[in-house]
Order: sequence, then C-alpha cells, then structure tokens
Amino acid sequence: MYTFSSKLKTLSFVLMIIGVLGIGYGFFSAPKNIQDVETMLKAEESHHGSTHTEATAHHTEKKEAHAEAEHKEHTEHVFHQLQNKPWAALYVACIFFMLVSLGALVFYAIQQVAQAGWSPVLFRVMQGVSSYLLPGSIIFFVLLLLSGFHFNHLFIWMDKEVVAHDELIQGKSGYLNFPFWIIRAIVFLVIWNTYRILSRKNCLAQDESNDNTFYKKNFKLSALFLVLFIVSESIMSWDWILSVDPHWFSTLFGWYVFASFFVSGITTISMVTLYLKSKGYLENVNSSHIHDLSKFMFGISVFWTYLWFSQFMLIWYSNIPEEVTYFKTRIEQFNLPFFGMVFLNFVFPFLTLINTDFKRIAPIVVTAGIVILVGHYVDFYVMIMPSTVGTQASIGVSEISSVLFFLGLFIFVVFSTLSKVPLTPKRNPFMEESKHFHY
Amino acid sequence: MSSTVVHALYNDDDILMDAVKKTRAAHHHIEEVFTPFPVHGLDKAMGLAPTRLAICAFIYGAYGLGFATWLMWNIMINPSGGWPQDIGGKPSFSYLQNMPAFVPVMFEMTVFHAAHLMVITFYMRSKLWPFKKAENPDVRTTDDHFLMEVAVKNNVEELTSFLQNTGAVEVKVVEKH
Repeated sequence: MYTFSSKLKTLSFVLMIIGVLGIGYGFFSAPKNIQDVETMLKAEESHHGSTHTEATAHHTEKKEAHAEAEHKEHTEHVFHQLQNKPWAALYVACIFFMLVSLGALVFYAIQQVAQAGWSPVLFRVMQGVSSYLLPGSIIFFVLLLLSGFHFNHLFIWMDKEVVAHDELIQGKSGYLNFPFWIIRAIVFLVIWNTYRILSRKNCLAQDESNDNTFYKKNFKLSALFLVLFIVSESIMSWDWILSVDPHWFSTLFGWYVFASFFVSGITTISMVTLYLKSKGYLENVNSSHIHDLSKFMFGISVFWTYLWFSQFMLIWYSNIPEEVTYFKTRIEQFNLPFFGMVFLNFVFPFLTLINTDFKRIAPIVVTAGIVILVGHYVDFYVMIMPSTVGTQASIGVSEISSVLFFLGLFIFVVFSTLSKVPLTPKRNPFMEESKHFHY
Repeated sequence: MSSTVVHALYNDDDILMDAVKKTRAAHHHIEEVFTPFPVHGLDKAMGLAPTRLAICAFIYGAYGLGFATWLMWNIMINPSGGWPQDIGGKPSFSYLQNMPAFVPVMFEMTVFHAAHLMVITFYMRSKLWPFKKAENPDVRTTDDHFLMEVAVKNNVEELTSFLQNTGAVEVKVVEKH
C-alpha cells in the first residue's frame, strides 16, 4: 500500500497555487481593449527608433489613409492575438495533460488485450496515471464550453462575423458547428472515462474473486474500448486541435496526435514507476520492466518522428499553396520550437535510449523522459499557438504557470489514486509471469 | 600437436545447464558446447563475454548515413562536380534546403549499411562461408543431443567420472589434431 508522501502533496499544492496565480496574472495583464494595444504598439515603435518616420513622410495622403486602415486592422489583429494568449496557454496545458493520461489508458488497454505477460505488476501504476482523465476532461470540457460561449477566440469558426465572410468555413459548417462539436466532445469524454472507471472496477473485483470472470470482462471491455478509441481519437484530433486552423486539413493528423500523446503517456508511466520504485513501493518491478517501458518510449518516439516527418515532407514536397501555409507560418514564426522538438522528441531519446544498458539506468531514463515530455508539450504548443496567438506567442508567465497548475493537479490526482489500493493486483492470470519477468 | 579432450553428451538442456555450472565450479575448462538450438542463458552460465555486434551495427549505420549524405550532396547539390539543377522547383542551393527530399535515401542507406555490414561481420567473426567444412564433433548435436567439450588438464580418469556424475548419457575421450 502506497502512502501519499506529505512532501509530494505539498509540492503539488505549491505548483497549483503558483499556477493559479500565474494564470490569473496572464489574464489580468492581457489587453482589455484596442486602446491598450494601440499604446503598446506605439511604445514598441518608439523603441525601434525614428528611422520609419522620415521614410513615411514622403508618402502621399492617399497612401497614408490606406496605411491608417491597415494599421487599424493590424492593431485589431494583435489585440485578438494577445487576448487569446492566456486562453491558448491554458488550453495547450489542459489538453496536453488530459491526453497524457489518455495515452496511459490506451497503453493499459493494449496490455490487457495483448495479454502481455510482463506488465500486470504495472497495471495499478497505469490506472493511477490514467486517473487524471476524469478531472482533466471536466476542466477541458469547461474550457470547450467557454470557447463555445465566446469567452475567447481560439476557434475562429465559432465567430459568426468570421464565418459570414468566409466561404471555406461556411462549406464546413455542417461539421464545424458548436452544437454538433460539443456533442461529439461529450460522447468521446464519456466513452473514455466510462472505460477507465469500469476497467478499474473490474480489476479491483478480480482481486477478490475466485475465478477469472472479471479478467475476461476486462479483456472484452478493453478490446471494445480500443475500437471506439481509435475512431474517437481521430475525430477528437480534428475537433480540438485541427479545427483551430479551419482552412487547413491533413489526413494523417489523427495518427500524429495519437503518437504524440501515446509516447508521453508511456513516458509518464515509466517515470511514476521509477519514482515509486525508488521509494521502495514496487518490490515486484525489476530492471527488465523498466527496460521494456524504455523500449516503448524509444520505439514510439521514433514512430512519432516518422509521422511528423511524413506529414511535413509530403506537404513540403508538393508545396500546394492551400496546404503549405500551415508549415510556412510554423517555419517562419516558430522555427526553433518547430525544429527543436524534433531534437527533443527524436534525436535525444534515440541516442540515449538506443543502448540496452542505458534503458535500465533510472537517471538516464528519467532524463530522457523529461526531455520527451517537454518535447511533446512543445509539439502541442506548435499545433495550437500559430493559429490562435500567432506572432505574439511566447513561452512566458501564462504558458509556464498553466503547465505548473496542471502538473500540480496531475501529481495530486495520480498519487492520491495510487494510495487508495494496493500497488500489486492480487490475482491476475498473468501475475506470476509478470513478477518473474526477466529480459 | 595433438591434445586430449573429453566429450560429454547430454539429452536435455536443463541437465546441460546444470552440468555447465558444475563443471565451471570445479574449474574445468569448457572448450565448446554444441547444441541443436539456442539454450537460453547458456552463454551466461559459460561466462562468455557479451557480443559487440550491436555496437558494430551502430557504427555501420552512422557510416551509411554519412555515405548517403556525401552521395546526395555530391550529385544533387555540390556546385563544383555535381549537377545542382532546377528539377520541378526544388531548391538545390544548399543541402539543408532540399534535405526532406533526401531523407528517405538517407534512412534506407543507414538501415542497409547497418544490416548488411553487421551480417557480414557476424559471418566473419563466426567463420561461416558457403564451402566451409562443418566442425561438428557428433552428428547427433544437430538433432537432439547436447555436447560439452572439456579440456583435460592432467587426470583423464577423474574428469570422465566427474562428467559421468553430471548426468551425461555418454562420455568419450577424444584425441584432437
């Protein structure tokens, strides 16, 4: 039985408090109206020096009027971007942590269905990591509702003004309309959470039963979940991530998003396992279990890279204007995060986790794990920010404190779930094999 | 120069594993073990050093990547010696600019070199080639028997009786040339 250490509990509360304060500051310091932006831009202009003024003096009056209209449009644009910034920061962190726990849940379901002989000793850890799904999806759902009720401009297709002048979005409004969109969200979140709750219940009931009925139930349930998951995941990625760019489309996007949070989920499982092991709670977990998790981290990292590159290269190669803008904005405005994440998510884990011995050494696995998680946060950042905040995006107070808040909440929920039941399931048919797993 | 060795034959891999451990504990030198299939853990029981083939493969892969880069640069980009032409608007001004198009080649070349050179290394290190004379001391070892070859230090009698006691179904004293 695991007891939630008071130190970790304090840490999670500190993270949440700092996070809330930072998020609050982010919303407070966002410009309230166009005038704020005007003064901000003026201050910036005077900073840049007076070289412009001489050049603009030669302009004719007509051009000046045109420039004024352009300037007004620009100010309005910047205003919307800056207003979106704290919202987008919250949105990225919220969806990232929720999907991490979903990734862990999917990994758990796969282990059940594959009848893996090595992983049953880790089932409770996986259930712990995926337990964040419920609070995470509630907060996420509230964020979706707030977007739907026009508290922010994350999804431009929700703006009637925009849609009225945009034939492309009008053409998609049969799919991209708020009621249908929010109903889909409800359906997906309900499916995922139901599976998690039922599967956990069956797993605990299996501990107390005399036969394998609950194990078999879980097997069927997991198989059903995986089928529903892959459909819902694909649509989810269009709804919650792709639709911030309603003018762009990509066929392998769902897979790409899946690979991103699947590897993050596995990494989180591995890191929580290593933490519990270091505190002496998982006596049945040996270095071979860690080795297997590291292999998954390694393999799925490469899989993510494969999809990242395939999506990028196909669009770069054919260079069709309506598709390529997506990468053009990312390369021009988000160059470092866009290419930096390939280093974080591919090169670093590839070179550290390729070695068999390294896959068993806790400090190396944890280092690689932190790099992978940071890298996949950046991945989600690069998916959301360019179309919501654009040139005004930066990793500042809003972004960091949103991550800290959800990290604190994640730690709190995960470890309090872990402390509720024994960490080793009692009578899983593969338990003995798993305890003696050796690679 | 000829030397004397003892061949102990076993018909079960568990008995073989025990025998190997006992023989090592008694400080007899095991020259070789012949088995019809891989016996899990035998190398550890014999105290064999781990293989370094994977390290070789990594180096070969790195070489393959370098080779592919060199090749593509010299053909597609290099302004003096290559043909940096405009093919369908692809930017051939620098390697980096056109790199996505080269990645499939770079990947395949990496895998190709890592795989093939490692296999060839394996053949060379284990001395395998098409007209190689088989070094099988007893035909049964390819079917259902396990054979442990132990070097004789001084007392043949003692060694044979020791090996009999490890569960061998047959113990032979062999003169090797």
